Amino acid sequence: MVKTLGWLTAAALAAGLVMAFGVAPREVTQGNVQRIMYVHVPLILASYVAFVVLAVASLVYLVRRDPAADGVAHASGEVGVMFVGLGIATGSIWGKPTWGTWWTWDARLTSVAILFVMYLGYLLLRGTIDDPERAARYCAVLGIVAALDIPLVHFSVYWWRTLHQPPSLMKPGGFTGSSSILWPLLVNLLAFILLYVYFVARRARLLRAQAEAIA
Amino acid sequence: MSYARRALAVAWKDLAVERRSKETLNALVFFSLLLLFVFQFTLGGDRERLAAVLPGVLWLGFVLSALLALGRTFLVEREHDCWEGLLLAPGDKSAIYLGKLAGNLALMLVVEALVLGLFVVFFDIDLGRALPGLLVVVLLGTLGLAAVGTLFAAMTANVRARELLFPVLLLPVQIPVLLATVKATEALLLGEPLGAVGHWVKLLLAADVVYVVVSLLTFDVVLEA
Repeated sequence: MVKTLGWLTAAALAAGLVMAFGVAPREVTQGNVQRIMYVHVPLILASYVAFVVLAVASLVYLVRRDPAADGVAHASGEVGVMFVGLGIATGSIWGKPTWGTWWTWDARLTSVAILFVMYLGYLLLRGTIDDPERAARYCAVLGIVAALDIPLVHFSVYWWRTLHQPPSLMKPGGFTGSSSILWPLLVNLLAFILLYVYFVARRARLLRAQAEAIA
Repeated sequence: MSYARRALAVAWKDLAVERRSKETLNALVFFSLLLLFVFQFTLGGDRERLAAVLPGVLWLGFVLSALLALGRTFLVEREHDCWEGLLLAPGDKSAIYLGKLAGNLALMLVVEALVLGLFVVFFDIDLGRALPGLLVVVLLGTLGLAAVGTLFAAMTANVRARELLFPVLLLPVQIPVLLATVKATEALLLGEPLGAVGHWVKLLLAADVVYVVVSLLTFDVVLEA
């Protein structure tokens, strides 16, 4: 089952690459650099999926005390942090040639960066607790607090950035509904969500084996 | 004992211990005095530049002392082996949380009042008409900090490297509170009325409600076993 998922993911990623390089048109002003969007946007969106799953799994764990739910939360945290990290990195690589800077404290960039450090802390907490049951409990609480914090982060950063300084160059071009761009993006999005699910399935299985080996 | 009385008992115990030993308060007061030196030396004496960053620096002072103060929330119990005693308190454990939160809030407000006083004297801030609005912002902001801080302090109390882990967990989660308080303080010090920063006050209110409710609901889970 997991193996099939792996092959499916590989096929989707390959199709995504073909779409991004073959089907999607060369962006007029930015050139080929713009193609990084087909990795950048799916990475960030898939990480959002990961964090939502993490929050739900945390809640399920607190109600049911099912170690499987904790495994899903744990794995989602790891994959989510990795995806956000890669998303920020690819965004930087895209930003340098188009905006002329690796980083700017724009509202969206800032929100994502806060998300990154918040869930990095989550992984850090996991790493410092030896007792798996306690780690699961504490991390579930942190996972819920973090999830509820996301809307607060969103609004505060948005107001912080937009009340005093209008978003300037932050509209990378060519996004407006053209299907030649939309389809490659959607295929890649599917591919990265599959990749996330595959990683979580693998990681959760490993975590379970680990728990059994210790017990 | 009723719920409220149990919460009060915990707060009362903490405040009594603090009043007699003055362990945390003395060090915190000294620490905030030192912060003043640090800010002065790192920012330089230029008055105009100082005025521009003052709201941020003020909250930096609050947050740094909060990190020290809140991180110690459950240290008394740990150091004196009273952790089990605390756990043996009958009934809903969230009463312990409320008591601890109240104690922390009181401690923080005392320190913050002091820091604010020091700022007025040394950095020559004219609080003037800003004071009532500032009180509201400080109160709401401190409640947010203390609410999550008390919960996380319980989580990190029995964890390796807790002194390190506590700020690392608390700071990212508190960014909304930090942004809201700094921006609101900035506007208030510029002479704007509280109504002009209504959106920040509402955000702080929402944050406080979310943090306190989640902490009350999950504190039982944290204290288990």
